[in-house]
Amino acid sequence: MYRYDEFDQSLVDARVTEFRGQVARRLAGDITEDEFKPLRLMNGLYLQLHAYMLRVAIPYGTFNSRQMHMLAEIARKYDKGYGHFTTRQNIQYNWLKLDDVPDLLADLASVEMHAIQTSGNCIRNTTSDQYAGAAADEIEDPRPTCEIIRQWSTFHPEFSFLPRKFKIAVTGAPKDRAAVQIHDIGIQIVENNKGEVGYSIFVGGGLGRTPMVGKHIRAFLPRQDLLAYLEAIMRVYNMLGRRDNIYKARIKILVHEASAAEFTRLVEEEFEKIDQTKLMALPEEELDRIAAYFAAPEFETLGPCPAEHLEALDRDRDFALWVKANVVPHKVPGYAIANISLKPIGGVPGDITSDQMDGVAELAKDYSFDEIRATHEQNLVLPHVRERDLYAIWQRLKALELATANIGLVSDIIACPGLDYCNLANARSIPVAQLISERFAELDRQHDIGELKIKISGCINACGHHHVGHIGILGVDRKGEEYYQITLGGSADENTRLGDITGPSFPYDKVVDAVETLVTTYVDLRQSGETFLQTYARVGLAPFKENLYAAA
Amino acid sequence: MPLLKDGRLVEDKWQRLEEHEVVPTEGAVIIDLERWQVERENLKGRAAPLGLLLMPGQSPEEIADDLSQFDLIALAFPAFKDGRAYSYARILRERLGFTGELRAVGEVLQDQLFFMARVGFDAFEVNERTSEGDFAAEMAKFPAVYQPSSCGENTVFARRHGARLVEAAE
Repeated sequence: MYRYDEFDQSLVDARVTEFRGQVARRLAGDITEDEFKPLRLMNGLYLQLHAYMLRVAIPYGTFNSRQMHMLAEIARKYDKGYGHFTTRQNIQYNWLKLDDVPDLLADLASVEMHAIQTSGNCIRNTTSDQYAGAAADEIEDPRPTCEIIRQWSTFHPEFSFLPRKFKIAVTGAPKDRAAVQIHDIGIQIVENNKGEVGYSIFVGGGLGRTPMVGKHIRAFLPRQDLLAYLEAIMRVYNMLGRRDNIYKARIKILVHEASAAEFTRLVEEEFEKIDQTKLMALPEEELDRIAAYFAAPEFETLGPCPAEHLEALDRDRDFALWVKANVVPHKVPGYAIANISLKPIGGVPGDITSDQMDGVAELAKDYSFDEIRATHEQNLVLPHVRERDLYAIWQRLKALELATANIGLVSDIIACPGLDYCNLANARSIPVAQLISERFAELDRQHDIGELKIKISGCINACGHHHVGHIGILGVDRKGEEYYQITLGGSADENTRLGDITGPSFPYDKVVDAVETLVTTYVDLRQSGETFLQTYARVGLAPFKENLYAAA
Repeated sequence: MPLLKDGRLVEDKWQRLEEHEVVPTEGAVIIDLERWQVERENLKGRAAPLGLLLMPGQSPEEIADDLSQFDLIALAFPAFKDGRAYSYARILRERLGFTGELRAVGEVLQDQLFFMARVGFDAFEVNERTSEGDFAAEMAKFPAVYQPSSCGENTVFARRHGARLVEAAE
């Protein structure tokens, strides 16, 4: 993975020094909270319902054991001994004191991490496929592209005061695990008919109160044009994006109001003008330098599935269920990708204790070439493990209480922090996720139900991605009571689709029953081998709606 | 408003004309785009220096052909959050080749001076609290930059490989 050189390190260190000065000015009363707010937001520091919350960037979700140990240590030292992984491959700390934050940032900088641009109206942390460099279906590892974007977007002088926040996602595989079509810019690495690798570009996707699927504006962008093209998109948005209404300020509204064709024309025109200067084409040796950091680890030549692994699968049913749900094929024979669920039954989605973080760090060091990934579905990944080590890994995960075998199943729920933490929320999300996972706790039943993605947001800002949940749940406020609106059929993969609203919302104590009704309806209607989403696509909303509101 | 020009607090010899004021024959004056559009023919070739104020929404590309008429362009930040002028500044410097004074006016905060200087501003109407020392500290805030911009500073990408990216482009 990428390592900072003296330039990268000096910039992160400079940011810590700058912020230490700003906090000192605030604590001394030299600046007001109003003046301090934009400065702290530039460093990912929010004032939430109960305390300061810090969002730490994990660029494109890739990190190592040393960094994970530091994240654990930070949770112990400055927080309550746990952290929370988010849908943007970041980690958040929820219970901080302001005067601790400069020291915390210095600790992060000591392991090449930061909280730069994790909030504010700027280009945020670039997200990517959690299986990058390991997936069998990959055209190219997306992380060198992500790292180039990270560096280019860091302290960008022109694009630090955009109309609104800006999120870029990159995937290197045709199977989209990075949800690129719900980002402000979605980049898919593609190969053209001459065998050249380049980029396919989507713009204007996003959720929130006006959910939209990204528009495809460029089928093939040559590699060397990436930054020039990104600057063209950003400049058109910076100059023309709406600033009169915060709810209409995202790029999706500009693309929608101008029309995708007109927006594309503006970008191409701007791109032509920028391109003339050639300033944005990266030197070939720099592309090579960055790519070299992501060279594949030294995989051993291993035969097909070892006998001891097959025996363990036979012998231990719990292990076999974990492998079935959490382990996916690796591009190298004899290796596997092991997902670590942060969704224990009845737990808080994405939460992890310091001791668990240390445990995962040790597993990564012992078994996965020192690599860990954070996923946008709030789980972790050991990307490069030998199949023959899976049983030992699973036993250690069990001891850490991290062996929940539910990846992609009904209890693997995305939930935003909701009213338990967030001052924007209308309703609680976490307890709803907990109740659903308890209702469906029985693992055999979960496997029988199969792939089913439930996503819960506590308000219309949609941090829990409810619009693209197979079952989406949105918390709303009805005369001071928590109610939940349900959507069906959403998806955030290469066939991105927004869910359909079923009808009137449900009170807090009826949501789990409603989900159960939907699941039962699917089980009754499904044809052999059909997933929830496939059944929904075939039969549509009507039968689900009918059962859902039959009792009412 | 105190004026910082090339890092020094200097006397402002420019007068910003209000809507009702007549353009005098003498003295350096800054007019707005509406006046330029109306009085263009009279003002062309004015002997004394002429400056133009552009508000957000008034792209410098609209006056590209008239640029040689102006010794100064002032770009407005009605609120610090309104970042359109950062793009206008780069277009003026990098695309239209404007070499006169480029002045930031409006809500110009100390913590933004570094970015403003990088996109090509060389003059800043700052608040009373901002000193020359503050300005110097802001300019030295970051030891390296990743993006090519109007300031011409070598990027990290170029410095890593000992090549001047800007020269390579010429």
